[in-house]
Amino acid sequence: MKRTIWIYCVAISMVLALAALPLVEDPLAAGSPAVDIKIDNFSFTPPTLTVKAGTQITWTNGDDIPHTVVSDDQSFKSKVLDTDEKFTFTASKPGTYSYFCSIHPKMTGKVVVE
Amino acid sequence: MPLQKDHDAILFNRHSDGIDRRGFLKCMAWAGTGALCVLQGGVLKSYSLDNPGHIAKAARGELSFVQISDSHMGFNKPANTDVVATLKAALAKINALPVPPEFILHTGDISHLSKPSEFDTVDQILQSAPTKDVFFVPGEHDVLEDNGKQYLERYGKNTKGAGWYSFDKKGVHFVGLVNVMNLKAGGMGSLGAEQLEWLEDDVKHLSKSTPVVVFAHMPLWNIYPEWGWGTDDSAQALSYLKRFGSVTVLNGHIHQTMQKLEGNVTFHTATSTAFPQPHPGEAASPGPMKVPAEQLRGLLGVTDVNYSRKRHALALIDSTLE
Repeated sequence: MKRTIWIYCVAISMVLALAALPLVEDPLAAGSPAVDIKIDNFSFTPPTLTVKAGTQITWTNGDDIPHTVVSDDQSFKSKVLDTDEKFTFTASKPGTYSYFCSIHPKMTGKVVVE
Repeated sequence: MPLQKDHDAILFNRHSDGIDRRGFLKCMAWAGTGALCVLQGGVLKSYSLDNPGHIAKAARGELSFVQISDSHMGFNKPANTDVVATLKAALAKINALPVPPEFILHTGDISHLSKPSEFDTVDQILQSAPTKDVFFVPGEHDVLEDNGKQYLERYGKNTKGAGWYSFDKKGVHFVGLVNVMNLKAGGMGSLGAEQLEWLEDDVKHLSKSTPVVVFAHMPLWNIYPEWGWGTDDSAQALSYLKRFGSVTVLNGHIHQTMQKLEGNVTFHTATSTAFPQPHPGEAASPGPMKVPAEQLRGLLGVTDVNYSRKRHALALIDSTLE
């Protein structure tokens, strides 16, 4: 009987440990959602994106022509993204960020951080 | 405007954007058939390249030069996986001209990603040109990352500001402008106040009979603002050129030939040596247009420009790489 209780206790603690694991090992996973913006046909999709503060935003260039992602107020600025290259920005401060491609300035987009 | 019926010319220019689509499409050389355009007394006439008599006449003049554009060295996507070969083909075309050109104008996008190796490759291929004089203006692809520093170091000796300059050849005044720097969100090409001021001063002392040739990468007329094919402050630049009897504007950027006549100003865009782009609005975006391999060289090319002092005419001949 004693032995059974002991096994039981071990099992419970293992379950508890497993449940706690994600919080211990990757504290960002739960608190920092990630979203994608696609660059295709010389446009940003979605053109306007509303996110919670702390969201990680990743732009991926799907065009055969290089593009950039530059916010009007310079709060973020990618290097030149060739085909399939990515740029990530974590939106930590609430506000509205208008951005454009500095090579093809007709390409514009907006990120609203709440 | 009295024009003979056998000439394709732009007869209407009624819209505020300065584009007449009918005339505009009529005067476009496309899909492998070249066009010879002659400016005489301020009127542009275009003939088919199939008429050898016209070509031979135009090939004789006091000044002959060639425009190439958009070599995009480093581009390797399906629209053209060998931009080295097509640039070499363009050089072969130039070397085969009946009258060797006095110089070559490259209207930008020399490189695809502003990499030193890309510029090196173009410089090396240009060694085979029949002239050592090559004049450049930057495209947006030549000034990525470093705000044009590398471009200026390589090609900007004896230039002002971001790389603008002028020179004279046989009585013709040439002006190279830079409209790919400091582009504003939502806008098109931009010359900027400093350059405009310089331009005004540069042409102020010329007599109005001086033929003027202006070259820049992005079109200096609003071809298709939806795709950014124009320059926000080009009207100001053109206002300084209004008093001249003959003004020719040579641009690249849109990878296809288009022409327009407005007053005494002839606008002309050159084909690319690398890949074609779609007609305005006829695709989802202005990205590289993939065509069957056997059609590619018919959509790439060089522009041969001739000036005859006697006839006071600049003749432009677009030819493809086929």
